[in-house]
Amino acid sequence: MAHEHKLEIFRGLWKFKSNTQKIWGVLAFLTLVTAVEVILGIYKPEGLMEPWMTPFEGGFFATLMNIIFSAFIYMKPLNLIFIILTIVKAYYITWDFMHMRDETKALRRMVVWTGVFLICYLIFILLQEGGYVFEVYNAEDAIIKRDF
Amino acid sequence: MDSTVANAGTEEKTWGGGNQPLKASYGKMMMWFFIVSDALTFSGFLAAYGFSRFKFIKEWPIADEVFTHVPFLHGQELPMIYVAFMTFILIMSSVTMVLAVDAGHHMNKAKVTLYMFLTIIGGAIFVGSQAWEWATFIQGDYGAVQTKGGNILQFGEYVNVDGEEKFKRISIDEFAVPIADVRVEHERKNGLWFREEASLPPYTVNEIYTGLAANDNILVRTQIINEEGEKTVLSREESLRQIKDNGKLVVKGANLHVNEYGTALFADFFFFITGFHGFHVFSGVVINIIIFFNVILGTYERRGSYEMVEKVGLYWHFVDLVWVFVFTFFYLV
Repeated sequence: MAHEHKLEIFRGLWKFKSNTQKIWGVLAFLTLVTAVEVILGIYKPEGLMEPWMTPFEGGFFATLMNIIFSAFIYMKPLNLIFIILTIVKAYYITWDFMHMRDETKALRRMVVWTGVFLICYLIFILLQEGGYVFEVYNAEDAIIKRDF
Repeated sequence: MDSTVANAGTEEKTWGGGNQPLKASYGKMMMWFFIVSDALTFSGFLAAYGFSRFKFIKEWPIADEVFTHVPFLHGQELPMIYVAFMTFILIMSSVTMVLAVDAGHHMNKAKVTLYMFLTIIGGAIFVGSQAWEWATFIQGDYGAVQTKGGNILQFGEYVNVDGEEKFKRISIDEFAVPIADVRVEHERKNGLWFREEASLPPYTVNEIYTGLAANDNILVRTQIINEEGEKTVLSREESLRQIKDNGKLVVKGANLHVNEYGTALFADFFFFITGFHGFHVFSGVVINIIIFFNVILGTYERRGSYEMVEKVGLYWHFVDLVWVFVFTFFYLV
């Protein structure tokens, strides 16, 4: 059986001579990312604890902008960085350790697009609902009392 | 594997199955589809965790304050260090797994054996670490009082660390005043033989209150997260009033009913998600052991292909992949 591997990561910026070398290279990169996450998690830099943008005020377009930039308006930059780094790690584990890079385009899309679409949907529904329940409990005129 | 597949004699024709657009074997493809469905299961759990957290966004426990223990370094607060170590172990075992797959491609039996063995060791270390993490979490460290509404009140004092006022937690064991109590734990031998009772909390609320009243420095901390992203600390009078009026149960550690770190849901999700992941790691180790023995026996050498190692490798990497997300959403975010 022929097993050809694509021996480069970062779109060809980092090339390897053999598959074994590529594995160690990916390990070095994943370890670096994890170390960055842990250091950020322990020190929690001040500048990353407050959202970068304040919500837009006004009518329909303000709401639209709030949705488009929601990641910057409602999330701490630190958490955004954590999530992006996690997805970066997931990408390299799937592409290089699970050899997704070497599979056909059709198989890759079947697995990744299906998963990504359904997971995004699930996250949207549940987080939206969680936020709503929070509002019901904590709004000014909330009639439900659970904290006594 | 030809011997295990019934042939219809039309394989070479497109409609007879002669066309393989994905260029992947049946087993590998099915492993990918299993992984997709399992990924959906895990994202369902993590999204449910997100739901509960959004619901209690103002009072969710801060992970850095919960997971601070490292084995052999007793009494030191080292948030994240041990989980980071566990993450590294799992990534490392993923590397040895992929090296085993690579050695399999070169039909190098000795190397496959070695790397499979290292992978199993890595998995075992991870499962062991998780067991330790669970034990520490269940045992708890400072203890707390639960209110009538199910909220958690913790104790501590302000201390001066390098010229900065910091809130330092105090264990209930340090200030609770034991009072001779008539309430005895109900066991089969001292009461109704056909009934049992769960073990009583270490102290009664009254003992905690007496201890709190006797120590002027101790304050109560609530679950509510304030503007600075820290838990609210009550004034001295308010502390005493809260424990006296609302204190219902003394809690130490965590289980599915109570949780000294905060919302009970936090413990529920911790047990459920890390437990489900730990079960995946455990079954991964078992499957790895089976494949390991098959490698030693030369099954794949005779078969002429180490694809089975590749398939179990896919599963193993997936377990690592899930941990990357659990790590982020449970310990970092």
